Amino acid sequence: MELLSNLQLGFEVALTLQNVLYCFLGVLLGTLIGVLPGIGPVATIAMLLPATFALPPVSALIMLAGIYYGAQYGGSTTAILVNLPGEASSVVTCLDGHAMAQQGRAGAALAIAALGSFFAGTVATVVLAIAAPPLAELALRFGPAEYFSLMVLGLVAAVVLARGSLLKAMGMILLGLLIGLVGADVNTGQFRYTFGLPNLADGIGFVVVAMGIYGFGHIIANLEHPDERKTGIAPIGSLFPTTADLKASWGAVLRGTGLGSALGILPGGGALLASFAAYALEKKIAKDPSRFGKGAIEGVAGPESANNAGAQTSFIPVLTLGLPTNPVMALMVGAMMIHGIAPGPQVMTERPELFWGMVASMWVGNLFLVLLNLPLIGIWVKLLSVPYRLLYPAILLFSCIGVYSLNNSAVDVGLALLFGLLGYLFIKLDCEPAPLLIALVLGPMMEENLRRAMTLSRGDPTVFVTRPLSLGLLIVAAALLIMVILPAVRKKREEAFRE
Amino acid sequence: MLFLFFGGVAAWVARDYPMGSAVRMGPGYFPLVLGVLLALLGLAACIRGLGIKGEHIESVRFRPLLLILGSVGVFATAIEHAGIIATTILTVVGAAAASPESRPREVIVLVIVLLALAVGVFTYALGLPFKLMPG
Repeated sequence: MELLSNLQLGFEVALTLQNVLYCFLGVLLGTLIGVLPGIGPVATIAMLLPATFALPPVSALIMLAGIYYGAQYGGSTTAILVNLPGEASSVVTCLDGHAMAQQGRAGAALAIAALGSFFAGTVATVVLAIAAPPLAELALRFGPAEYFSLMVLGLVAAVVLARGSLLKAMGMILLGLLIGLVGADVNTGQFRYTFGLPNLADGIGFVVVAMGIYGFGHIIANLEHPDERKTGIAPIGSLFPTTADLKASWGAVLRGTGLGSALGILPGGGALLASFAAYALEKKIAKDPSRFGKGAIEGVAGPESANNAGAQTSFIPVLTLGLPTNPVMALMVGAMMIHGIAPGPQVMTERPELFWGMVASMWVGNLFLVLLNLPLIGIWVKLLSVPYRLLYPAILLFSCIGVYSLNNSAVDVGLALLFGLLGYLFIKLDCEPAPLLIALVLGPMMEENLRRAMTLSRGDPTVFVTRPLSLGLLIVAAALLIMVILPAVRKKREEAFRE
Repeated sequence: MLFLFFGGVAAWVARDYPMGSAVRMGPGYFPLVLGVLLALLGLAACIRGLGIKGEHIESVRFRPLLLILGSVGVFATAIEHAGIIATTILTVVGAAAASPESRPREVIVLVIVLLALAVGVFTYALGLPFKLMPG
C-alpha cells in the first residue's frame, strides 16, 4: 500500500503543468537527438545542464531523464529507416530493422519498436518503484567501508562490461580516478595536480570532461568520414503490424524487458549493453537463427525493449546508492549536485517528492514517446535529411556556450578543448571512454570513504573484510574480476561483443 | 606502440607523486597508489603492444582536428572580450571550415540562424551573462 501512496505522490508531482511540460520537452529533445546520428544523450545533457539552473530541481531532473530514455526511442527510427544507428544502443536494431524496411515493412518494425519500448518502459518504471526502496534502506546501513567496497565493485563491473580490451578499460578507470583527484584535497585543502593554475583548485568539472570527450572529440572523428546518410530513406509503409508480427514479437518484448531491466541495474550496464545482450539472446533461442539479419521482427522487438528498460532501470543505483553506472547517470549525479541534492539513499527519505516525481514522470514520458514516435514519425524522417555539415557547427557552438555558462569560465572551455583532443585520441586508439567518466565521478567519493574508513578503524585495513556487507561486495568484485581473466570466459565475452 | 601513449601518460602522472606519501592517509596517499598502478598498467600495455605487431592506427586527418579544436579555442579566448556576436560568427565559420562539404552560402545562413539563437535564447531568454559587443 505504501507503494501506491508513494506513486500517488509521484504522479501528483509529475502531473503538474510545469513538470508535464518539461517532461515533454525532455522526451522531445531526446527523440530529436536519438534520430540524429552524431549527437548522443551525454553531449546533449551536458549542453543543457546550465539551462536548467533556473528550474526547480524536480523539473530539471525530469527533463534530463527524459532526454536519455527518449533517445532510445529516436535511435530506432534512424536504425530502421536509414540503416545507421541514431544512438549507439540501436546498433543491433539496424540488422533486422533495416532488412524489414527493405522489404517494405518499415512501418511494422517502427510500430513494434515503439510499442515494445513502451511496454518495457512501463515495466521498468514499476521495477524501479518496487526495487528502489529496499535497496535504499540497505544502503542507509552502509558505512564508509561498505561504500568503498561498493565503488570498487562498481569500477570492476565497469571494466568487465566495457567493450574492447580489458587492459585499456582498466587504464581508463585509473586515468578517470586520477583526473577526479585534481583540485584541493577535501581534508587538508592541499592542492593536487593543479600545476599552479588557480582555476583547477575546484577540480575539473565533470561536464567539461564529458563535453570534451563526447562533444568535441566525436565531432572531429565524425568529420573524418564523409556524411554517410546518402543511402536514402526507406519508405515507411503501413504502421500496423500484422497479427503474425505481434505473435512473433510479444515473447521477444517480454524477454528483452526482463533482460534489459536486469542489465540496467548493473554498473557498466544500461541501454547499450542491454540491447546487444537481447539480440544475442533472441538469436540463440530462435528456432531458425538464419532468419536474423534478414528481417526477423524478434531482432527488433527484443533489443528495442531491452534498451528502453535498461535506460530506465539504470536510474536505480543512482537514486538509491548514489552510484552512477554509465556516463549519462554520472551526468545525472552532477546535475543533482548542481541543484544541491546529494545523491544517495537519503534522497528517497528526505526528498520523496523528487524521487517519486521522477519515477512517475518516466511513465508519463513513455506515453508521450509513443505518441511522438508513431503518429508524428513523418516529422522525424524529414529531420534525417538535415546534413551533418549543418548540424555540427551548431552542436559545437551550443557546447561551448554550455561549458562556458556552467561557471562563466573561459578556462573551462579551454579545458574542454584539451579533453576533446583526448577524446579524439581515445576514439583513434579504440578506448571506450565510459569507464573513465564513471571513475571520474566515483574517484573523489572513493577516496573520501577510504580515508574515513581507515580513520574509523585507526588505520586497520582489515575493516574492509571484517564487516560482512563490505566483504560480500568485495567478494563479488573479486569473482567478477577472476571470471574475466579466465581464458574461457574471456573468449565468450569477446564473442558477445562482436555480435 | 599503440599503447605507448598510455605508458607515457602513466609515467608522467607517476612522476608527480612525491606529493606527500604519508601512509596515514595524507593527501598524497590515494594519488600515489593510483599513479603507481597506472604506471604499471602502462608498462604492461607497452610490453604487450610491442608483442603484437602490425596493429596500425587509422591515419589522422589534420584538417578537422585542428579546425574544430581551433574554433573551440577561439570561443574560449574571445567570449570574454569580443562579445557573443563576434564570437559566434568566428566559432561557427571556423567550425564549418573543418568539413570539406561545407558550402559558403549555407554557412552564412547557418551563422545568421545561430546568431539569432545565441542572442535571443541564451542571452535574453536564459539570461546568460554575455556581452553583445566588444569592449
